Amino acid sequence: MNTAILDIHNYAKTFRLHERNKLIPSASHVNLSVYPGKLTALIGPTGAGKSSVLKGVYRTYLPSAGHILFRTAAGEIIDLAHADEHRMLELRKTEIGFVTQFLHCLPRKSALDVVAEPLFARGVPTEEARGRAADLLAQLAVPAHLWNVPPATFSGGEKQRVNLARGLIAQPRLLLLDEPTASLDPATTERVVAHIESLKETGIAMLAIFHHPDLVKRLADDVIELSPPITIVEPAEETV
Amino acid sequence: MSNKILSVRGLSRIHGEQCPLCISSTGPEHDTNMCSHCGSVVAAHDVNFDLYRGEILGIIGESGSGKSSTVKMLYFDDMPTAGSATFYDGDVQHDMFALNAAQQRSMRNKRFGMVYQNPHLGLNFQISAGGNIAERLLMSDLRHYVEIRTRAGDLLARTEVSRARMDQNPKTFSGGMQQRVQIAKALATQPPLLFLDEVTTGLDLSVQAAILDLILEIQHELGTAMIVVTHDLGVIRLLAGRTLVMKHGRVIESGLTDQILEDPQHAYTQRLVASAL
Amino acid sequence: MNAHYELPLEDAGYSFGFLDEYAKKEVRRCILKAISIPGYQTPYASREMPMGRGFGTGGLQLTLSLIGEDDTLKVIDQGSDDSVNAVNLRQFVQLTCPGVDVTEKTQEATLIQSRHRIPEKMLTEEQILVLQVPYPDALVVVEPSEARRKVMHGEADYSRLLVKLYEDVVRFDEITISHRYPTRINGHYVIDPSPIPRWDVPRLHQSPALVLLGAGREKKIYAVPPYTVAEPLVFDDIAFRVEDFRDANGQRIACRCCGSTVSFLDELIDDAGNITHQCSDSTYCEEQQETISARKRA
Repeated sequence: MNTAILDIHNYAKTFRLHERNKLIPSASHVNLSVYPGKLTALIGPTGAGKSSVLKGVYRTYLPSAGHILFRTAAGEIIDLAHADEHRMLELRKTEIGFVTQFLHCLPRKSALDVVAEPLFARGVPTEEARGRAADLLAQLAVPAHLWNVPPATFSGGEKQRVNLARGLIAQPRLLLLDEPTASLDPATTERVVAHIESLKETGIAMLAIFHHPDLVKRLADDVIELSPPITIVEPAEETV
Repeated sequence: MSNKILSVRGLSRIHGEQCPLCISSTGPEHDTNMCSHCGSVVAAHDVNFDLYRGEILGIIGESGSGKSSTVKMLYFDDMPTAGSATFYDGDVQHDMFALNAAQQRSMRNKRFGMVYQNPHLGLNFQISAGGNIAERLLMSDLRHYVEIRTRAGDLLARTEVSRARMDQNPKTFSGGMQQRVQIAKALATQPPLLFLDEVTTGLDLSVQAAILDLILEIQHELGTAMIVVTHDLGVIRLLAGRTLVMKHGRVIESGLTDQILEDPQHAYTQRLVASAL
Repeated sequence: MNAHYELPLEDAGYSFGFLDEYAKKEVRRCILKAISIPGYQTPYASREMPMGRGFGTGGLQLTLSLIGEDDTLKVIDQGSDDSVNAVNLRQFVQLTCPGVDVTEKTQEATLIQSRHRIPEKMLTEEQILVLQVPYPDALVVVEPSEARRKVMHGEADYSRLLVKLYEDVVRFDEITISHRYPTRINGHYVIDPSPIPRWDVPRLHQSPALVLLGAGREKKIYAVPPYTVAEPLVFDDIAFRVEDFRDANGQRIACRCCGSTVSFLDELIDDAGNITHQCSDSTYCEEQQETISARKRA
């Protein structure tokens, strides 16, 4: 359990806005490790680049500098900053999950199918996938009468739990959490906290951002404080 | 066996006589795809990508970017002036542009499917909706009338076209229904690779949504690999795992779709994303 | 045509068979090619004949190129030796091919030129059947461009013809093609077998006699060589059917003249509106009648 599943060395992200001819730093000098069964929390002021780190790991952002070393289930070390796109898609499907702040989903799909989707993508039979989605929604206390309704009409807390369920269902080895309890009431927050604790026990590694310092205290095994980023990539270097 | 189903290398199509300056005087930097020296049009130049089984690849760009040209070549509607494409069919590799006309026709009929923006390109309006699907089944050497009928009916039902309308001419169908018939026809031979060229363009929003849902369901059910050509970021966002951005005949950027949308690298893509509704 | 008219062979320099030797050679070369590629529409020059195109000039050029002094010719039109068109063509051959015998008896003929029918009597290896063809390309109903049709033939791509059959079955519960039934020769080319009824199509299959088809206006010659596979296009589960000539009670209709119940019948409607049937092949019918009366006499 001592081998890190994720090692980030000097991650930096700087956006280059061509239209305005501007460089906007989003994160820099990020170094951290995440271990199986442990939760590493990112803290820091708004704009310090907490989400940027998560998105860099998930490759929603293309890192500008640094290495993001991920150890796969097969024991292979992959630099996610440069991994092949197909490899990245494969890892997202099987090993790396992401629970974002907001639920992006089709307004036409039932909550059950939204949650089950990562299983569909893995080829799990429809009925089995829906069954597992239902179990998870029940665990997260989403009322059963909502399961067959598209989540567009749900309250913020309900939506967030659907979102969380969707991120958890495929049981990734590494879970990225971006304020998973942001819009939850205290009782539901407790349920989510309990669930995250149980996930740690199953050995899932987590890299998380919490909006509330209490949660960091309760859940984090490691805390990484990010300081405001500086521009890393020199304009001269990036000019094509 | 590799996961790859299609591998495209250096695919190019130049319309016109070509001169040595065609490539260096066209492309996004020159803001044109027409060679200023000889007037040739560089519809596509040096397109490279790999497509995996069951994957949906988006190609986005405006008119004249080369996105449709690329797909047309892969479906043998047009021949490239340079480049290659390898189709991995089970254990067999096919050098697509080295095949003879009959082999290409057979591949197109049996292993590929195409859904065009304009239903007139994909459907025969002289015959019934069922006849259109029958045509593809007959092309793949199915000769059993009852089976053809059953399969055509099933396919139409799957794409939510009522069996009752099977023997009607698609001329009388709505635009959305015509696209559904086209999709049913494209799927008739259960091809592992499907090309979709602006399939929702010009349809009502609710109809668009239903067609896109259908495409996703099909991909889930059948694991069909697809290349989706569109100018609509929403379509890409919904369908594609990876995306190529094309402009003036060149691929200017490619990446995971969420990365293209949230962290576009090229000035053109940034403008495109910024101007999305 | 004036039966008493004599062609001034010497003066005009017409050779045996009206066509000059070069023209005949060209037609014969094309015939050989057509036989070599069963069902392939071989283009040929198609000379001007002293009659309008559409009156059997394609078949006539084949006949004139093949016929020799030892041959015995039979000409039929819709099964009849006596119709105007048949009589005209026969007289033209007699006029331009001195020494050639003509006959109405199927078994006596070495060369048979026909329009719209194949004789009822089984042909032999010693015989050649020439069919007159108005439209040689079976694909013309589904593809207007000849260039594209040629590609389709080359690739044996006949799915669109089959779609037409499909649409027929959907609409009418059966394949409604009554004549010119698309027929696949030797497993590749699909031909238009000329306007013969469906009844005659199975006779092309493994025919001991060579069958040549000539389209004068369209300038095409094609062949079904002896003992060649000829399959009408069908679905696996819908068998090809010939005309069955049954009345309302399911009874096979008999010829009103010879009483045959195994021949192809023409439907006749008299002035009173009564429908009767008789053999389309007049020679066959007469022979049947003779046999019957001979039996009666005996």
